[in-house]
Amino acid sequence: MKKRVSRVWEWGIERLIQIAGILGIILVILIFFFLLRNSLPILRDFALADLLAGREWRPVREPPRFGMLPLILGSLYVTAGALVISIPLGVATAIFIAEIAPPRAREILKPAVELIAAVPSVVLGFIGLMVVGPWFARSFDDIPVGSFAALGSIMLAFMALPTIVSICEDALYSVPRALVNSSLALGATRWQTITRALLPAARSGLIAACLLGLGRAIGETMTVLMVTGNAAVIPRGLMGFLRPVRTLTATIAAEMGEAAQRSEHFFALFTIGLLLFVITFAVNTIADLIIRRSEKDIA
Amino acid sequence: MRRRWLDPRVQEHIAFASLWIVMIVVSLPVVGIMGYMLYRGASALDWQLIADAEEGLLPAIVGTTWLVGLTALIAAPLGVGAAIYLSEYARPGPLLRIIRLAIINLAGVPSVVYGLFGLALFVIMLGFGRCLAAGACTLALLVLPLVISASEEALRQIPAGLREGSLALGASKWQTIRRVVLPNALPGIMTGLILSIARAAGETAPILFTAAFYWLRDPYPNSLFDEIVAMPYQLYVMASEAPGVPIEKKWATAFVLVALVLGLNLVAIVVRARLRRRRW
Repeated sequence: MKKRVSRVWEWGIERLIQIAGILGIILVILIFFFLLRNSLPILRDFALADLLAGREWRPVREPPRFGMLPLILGSLYVTAGALVISIPLGVATAIFIAEIAPPRAREILKPAVELIAAVPSVVLGFIGLMVVGPWFARSFDDIPVGSFAALGSIMLAFMALPTIVSICEDALYSVPRALVNSSLALGATRWQTITRALLPAARSGLIAACLLGLGRAIGETMTVLMVTGNAAVIPRGLMGFLRPVRTLTATIAAEMGEAAQRSEHFFALFTIGLLLFVITFAVNTIADLIIRRSEKDIA
Repeated sequence: MRRRWLDPRVQEHIAFASLWIVMIVVSLPVVGIMGYMLYRGASALDWQLIADAEEGLLPAIVGTTWLVGLTALIAAPLGVGAAIYLSEYARPGPLLRIIRLAIINLAGVPSVVYGLFGLALFVIMLGFGRCLAAGACTLALLVLPLVISASEEALRQIPAGLREGSLALGASKWQTIRRVVLPNALPGIMTGLILSIARAAGETAPILFTAAFYWLRDPYPNSLFDEIVAMPYQLYVMASEAPGVPIEKKWATAFVLVALVLGLNLVAIVVRARLRRRRW
């Protein structure tokens, strides 16, 4: 009797575990479904081209305009700036940790990078607002106020850096040691080995790292909300980096509090969320495919 | 043959030296800013400011504690369950491939999108309203990928011999997991949970529309469906919107939040370093 009870119990537990196992899939579908459902009123009433390429974001005017181009460009500016800083720095740090640093420096650097990753984005925004922004405004005449696109890029670069460093490191470590050793045995210096054997062999992993950094930067909310000035204008040229912009994420965070539930404005913010979801989904999936393929190549 | 403009060994010296310089030049402002923040925060901090039940940081500290405690309570069974499935039951194949892709994508979904999802599902559809429970559920989903991957790694580090020994003694698969695998993986799983609590404590965007308020008449929650105040949201409003907040209070809030998050991370790093030295 007791045995039968325990068998039923065990059967139940194992079913629960199976459900937990596919929970990830269920969640992705649920998130997509809820974003889509709440975007439908907007997607039905406005042409997709007007939404994505419309030049005016004026959600509360009559009639409202939901042109997302300024926000998309704002996100692109801030993200591009962040990647220009964090990719070279991240790859250099990974090379340094994996190949060059003496063991003691490595033991300090690795947890230090992890700790940077742990700093909450609202704190980074606070630092940008209180320390870094005012410093730029004092030091450079071209910058009228302490909130501008490039400041968002600089703060975001720190958020993307740990992601890039750790994935790059994995990519460097997964290169077979025999390859490095043969290069050294042929008389190449360590630097030549790094640039001509190690980096090319780890290439796809490095690309994936940059993509994941991109995904991280484009989805960041609080930091950019606090330091980029939140002006929904289309940035122009390089000077655009020194002017306030507004990103997709910051728009949702700033306006959802004021939008009346089930108003057009409310649904339009969900449409931005859907766009963000689609972008990050594509970026992460491509990065994953690249990593899988490189693992297969090495094996 | 390519003309060498520099001897390779000289090249190497230049390259390595520049990397060293870059590392140091980048570290300096980071260390400087962190140090400045700790200095400003620590000097702004006094017992009065923390413990004052109305004007101080206490309501936000209590709110955040409730929030992350509940988050861990929800995320732990779901995440560990999923990890047990992935490490003990799943067989390689298309299903496993899709599950992994889903988890990777969940980890990449922007936190503000989790906020939208929580708003649509918990706050509006399930009718929780903007409250502790809705915020904790949203945060639990956000940290789920973290809990799953940390727990799975902990489970996979248990040697197969331990499982086989248990099975050979006549224990069933679940008994083996329950009595042999899980207890041994517990420290690793706890590390993952600590890290996710740290992550949840600092997240702002997911609780913007699901839980947090800046000011409440009664800031201490009495039930799961009460409104709350939380540290990261306080910091955001104080820094960017609310007028007339004394600057000391801003720095002190930032300090307490950073100390909490980094402290939890340090604990996790130390525990993990110990675990890696463990021999089977």
